[in-house]
Amino acid sequence: MSHRAEPVGGPILTRPFKVLLGVLVTGLLLTAWRFVSGLGPTTGMNDGYAWGIWIAYDVVTGTALACGGYAVALLCYVLNQGKYHPMVRPAVLTSALGYTLAGVSIVIDVGRYWNLWKVPLLWNWNRNSILLEVAICVMSYIFVLWLELSPAILEGFERDNRYPLLRRMSLKIHPFVNRAMIWILALGILLPTMHHSSLGALMLISASKLHPLWHTPLLPLLFLGSCLFMGYAVVVFEGEISSQVFQRQRETRMLVSLSWVMVDVLFVFLALRLGDLALRGRLGLLLNLDFHTFFFLLEMALFLAPALLMMKRERRYNPGIQFLSAMMMICAGMLYRFDVYMIQFDPGPGWSYFPAIPEMFITFGLVALEIMVYIFIVKRFPILAGIAPPPSEPSLGAAGVPASGR
Amino acid sequence: MSITRRSVLKGLVAAGTAATVGAPVAFAARERKKPQPDAVGMLYDATRCIGCKACVVACKEANGLPPDPGPATGGMYDAPIDLSDRTKNVIKLYREGGRISYMKAQCMHCVDPACASVCMISALHKGKYGIVEYDPDKCVGCRYCQIACPFNVPKYEWSKAFPKIVKCEMCRHLQAQGKGPACCAVCPREAVIFGPVDRLLADARGRLQREPVRYHPKVYGEKDVGGTQVLYLSAAGIPFEKLGLPALGDQPVPEFTESLQHAIYQGFIAPVVLYSALGLVMYRNRRKRPAGEEGEG
Repeated sequence: MSHRAEPVGGPILTRPFKVLLGVLVTGLLLTAWRFVSGLGPTTGMNDGYAWGIWIAYDVVTGTALACGGYAVALLCYVLNQGKYHPMVRPAVLTSALGYTLAGVSIVIDVGRYWNLWKVPLLWNWNRNSILLEVAICVMSYIFVLWLELSPAILEGFERDNRYPLLRRMSLKIHPFVNRAMIWILALGILLPTMHHSSLGALMLISASKLHPLWHTPLLPLLFLGSCLFMGYAVVVFEGEISSQVFQRQRETRMLVSLSWVMVDVLFVFLALRLGDLALRGRLGLLLNLDFHTFFFLLEMALFLAPALLMMKRERRYNPGIQFLSAMMMICAGMLYRFDVYMIQFDPGPGWSYFPAIPEMFITFGLVALEIMVYIFIVKRFPILAGIAPPPSEPSLGAAGVPASGR
Repeated sequence: MSITRRSVLKGLVAAGTAATVGAPVAFAARERKKPQPDAVGMLYDATRCIGCKACVVACKEANGLPPDPGPATGGMYDAPIDLSDRTKNVIKLYREGGRISYMKAQCMHCVDPACASVCMISALHKGKYGIVEYDPDKCVGCRYCQIACPFNVPKYEWSKAFPKIVKCEMCRHLQAQGKGPACCAVCPREAVIFGPVDRLLADARGRLQREPVRYHPKVYGEKDVGGTQVLYLSAAGIPFEKLGLPALGDQPVPEFTESLQHAIYQGFIAPVVLYSALGLVMYRNRRKRPAGEEGEG
C-alpha cells in the first residue's frame, strides 16, 4: 500500500463503462436534436420558467458538487493541513470534470451560442451583470482546475515510456508548473469564492418571483456556505465509492477531522438561514403549513441531521455514518439549490415547469461522460493514493521516473 | 501543526474577512436613476379602451410578427391571449362580477430596467429616448432577462433553432419616418397615447384631478420600480394588481443587486486583496511545511 498517488490500471472498456457509453450516445443524439429544432420541442422550459434543470442542476448544483477541489484546497493549502494532501488530486479531478461539463451544458442551454465568444471581450462587459461575473469566473476556473490537475497528468506521461516525446515535454514543463502552482492554487480558491456567492446573488433580482422563505439578501453567503459542505460531502462520497470499486484504503481518519469542520459550517449555515428569517419577520410564513413549509422543513431536516450525527466524536470514526451524513449533506445542498432556482420560483399564474424526457437524458449523458472520463483518468494517471498495484500490470506504476520537484 | 477547531475557525474568519473587505465601507445604495431628458413613453387609460384590438393588429403589422392563433378561435384567427414570441403587444380582459376592464400589455420601458441590468454584454440596454432596445448581435440567449423582469415581458423563440428575444421596442424602427409606436397611432379612442414621459405624466395627473370618481387614484409607473416610461390609469375600484400590474414597490428592481455588486467589486480591490492574501498565506505555508510533505496539487 502506497501513500503516493498511483494509476489504478486495468482495462477501460468494462461492462459498466459500456453502459455509460450507451447513456452518453443517447444524450449526444438528443443534443443534436436540440440544436436542430430549438429548446421548445426538446425541453420543458417556457417563458415563465426560462431556466430548467440544465441551469439548476448542471450548472448551479453541478458546480457545487464540484467544490471538492475548493473545499480540500482551502483546508490543505490555506489552513495548512498537509494531511489532506492525498485527497487533493481526486477532489481536483472531480471538480475539473464537474466544471467542464457545467460549461458544456451552458453551451447547450443558451439559445444564441454562436455569440458566446463575445462574452469574454472586456469592452463588451456590462459590469452590473452578476451573470457576467459568474460566466467569467467559471470560464477561468475551468482553466485553473485543469492547471491544478496538470502535475498528475504530466507525471503520468513522465512515467510512461511508450510516448518518448510526450515524456520529454512533460519533464520540461513540470518544473514551471510547480513553481507557478501557488499562484494557480490561490486563483483556485479566489474564483469559487467569487462565483459561488454570485450564484446565490443571481436570484436576488427575482424578489417578486422567488418565495420569501428563500429570497434573502444573504443568498450569496448561503450559497457560498452550502458549496463548502457539499464539496466536502462529495469528497467523502467519492472516497467511499473509489475505495469500494478500486479496493483502496479508506481515508476515514483523515475525513474525521474534516467532518467536524463541516459540523461548524452546517450550524453557521442554519443559524444564518433561520436568524435572517426571524430578523426580517418571515418565520410566520412557516405556519401556513403549505407546499413551501414542507420543502423548508425538509431542507432543515437534511441540514440538521448530518450536523447532529457528526457531533458525537465516536460516530465520526464510523465510515457508515460518515457516508450517510455526506449523502444527507449532498441532498440538503441539492434541494436548497433546486428550491431557489426552480421549486420555489414562481413567475406568476399559468406557468409550470417539469423537465422533459430529452432534457433529462441530455443531463444524464453529461453525467455519464463525467464518470467515464473520471474512470479513464484514474486508471491511467496517478490520481488516487493507497492503492495496491493491480497484478495484471505491475510495471506501470512501479517503474516510474520520479518527477522533478517532488 | 495539528488541526484544531480554533485553527480552522481562525482561518475561515480570516478568509471571510478578506473576502468582504471594503464591502461595508463602500456599500451604499447607488443614486436613483431619473428618466432621460428625452424619454418618451405611452399612457394607457383603461377607462377609454374598448378592447377593439386594433393596436394588436397594428403592432403585428409594424413589426412583421406572425399570427398567434389562440385557442378561443379554434386556431382560425390571430387571437393572442398573452405576450409571446409572436406578440409584443396584447389586449387582455379583466372581469369580476359585472365589472370589466381592458388591459394593454407590452414592455414597460422601465427607467431602471432589470433586464438591461442583468444582461451580460448589454444586448438589452437603454437607448435613445429611454427605449429599452434589443441588439440580437450581442444576445447569447441566456434568458436571464426573463428571470429578472418582474413583468415577464421578454419572450424567447422557443421553437426556433436560431432564436431571438422578442419584446416591444416602441417601434423604434419607425423613428426615422418621424412616427411613434403603431399601437398609439392606430388607437381610435386615444386610450393609448405616445409622447414625452413628463408630458404624459402631467396629462395623467390632470385626468385624476379632473375626474377623481372615474379613476383608481394612482398613476401606475409614476414611481413603481423607480418609474416606467409606460404609464397606466385604471377605473375606480379596479386596482392595478387586478390588471396584472403587480405592487412591486418604488425601489428599482436592480438597485439592490447593483449596489451589492459594486460594493464587492469596486475597482476590483477586494478580489485582488483576497488573491494576494491567499497567495502569501500559501507561500508561507509551503515554506513551513517539512520537505517530505511538499507537493503541488
